[in-house]
Amino acid sequence: MKHTIRAGDVAHGGSASARIKMELIQAGVDATTARRAGIVAFEGEMNLIVYSDNGGTISVAVKPHAVVIDVVDTGPGIEDIDLAMTPGYSTAPDWATDLGFGAGMGLINMQKHSDRFEIHSQIGTGTAIQCWIERKGDWAMKRQEAS
Amino acid sequence: MKLARVIEHLSLEVFTSSANIDQEVTGGYCGDLLSHVLSSAAPGNLWITIQHHTNVVAVAQVAELAAVLLADGKQPNEAMLERASAGRIVLLGSSNSAFEISGRLRQLLTG
Repeated sequence: MKHTIRAGDVAHGGSASARIKMELIQAGVDATTARRAGIVAFEGEMNLIVYSDNGGTISVAVKPHAVVIDVVDTGPGIEDIDLAMTPGYSTAPDWATDLGFGAGMGLINMQKHSDRFEIHSQIGTGTAIQCWIERKGDWAMKRQEAS
Repeated sequence: MKLARVIEHLSLEVFTSSANIDQEVTGGYCGDLLSHVLSSAAPGNLWITIQHHTNVVAVAQVAELAAVLLADGKQPNEAMLERASAGRIVLLGSSNSAFEISGRLRQLLTG
């Protein structure tokens, strides 16, 4: 599942994430994992809308033990990732903060709701984030079925 | 407590027509910063906010909230209503402040 997100398209912000969550449920992913994946996707989607130069993509892969979400854009890139990962730090423009974005919690939320979080960024090239969300609920269910 | 009972007790306005008000309210969360709501609100919570735009509906969908309650007399625009109806999210309203509604909701749920 690959979703293309346009830069600045705030009116549709969150649509792709809501769809991703629904698609995961339909694919048989448990509710807790789908909710976590939805939150990760939402933060990634809004980052593409608010900060990217040319938009980007959100790719979702359902693996036997995890949901993997890749959020990729082509710039501008993040100069200081540690600073961007500091709670409360934000470079959001006023129009975004007026709408309740730019709390400086987006990347942190992505990390918090992932079991593995990787971010690579280069100025002029872009940012790539990969989040692994383990399907813990599914495992629990399978263990229950087996016993 | 059922959402329908909360609506009745707090005299809330129901904006969405196909209101799914039979669900259980597990608690409440009050805030206007979307990332904080995503991070801290629990499934089934009633979200009290003054934010009234389409992204709010997406947050409620993703976080599986019982409903969004617009405080301070805020009204949803057409786009927000459409998206809420399509996503089966209940939109509620009150002329009271978020502080006032939160206090009453807490009393209702725990009292």
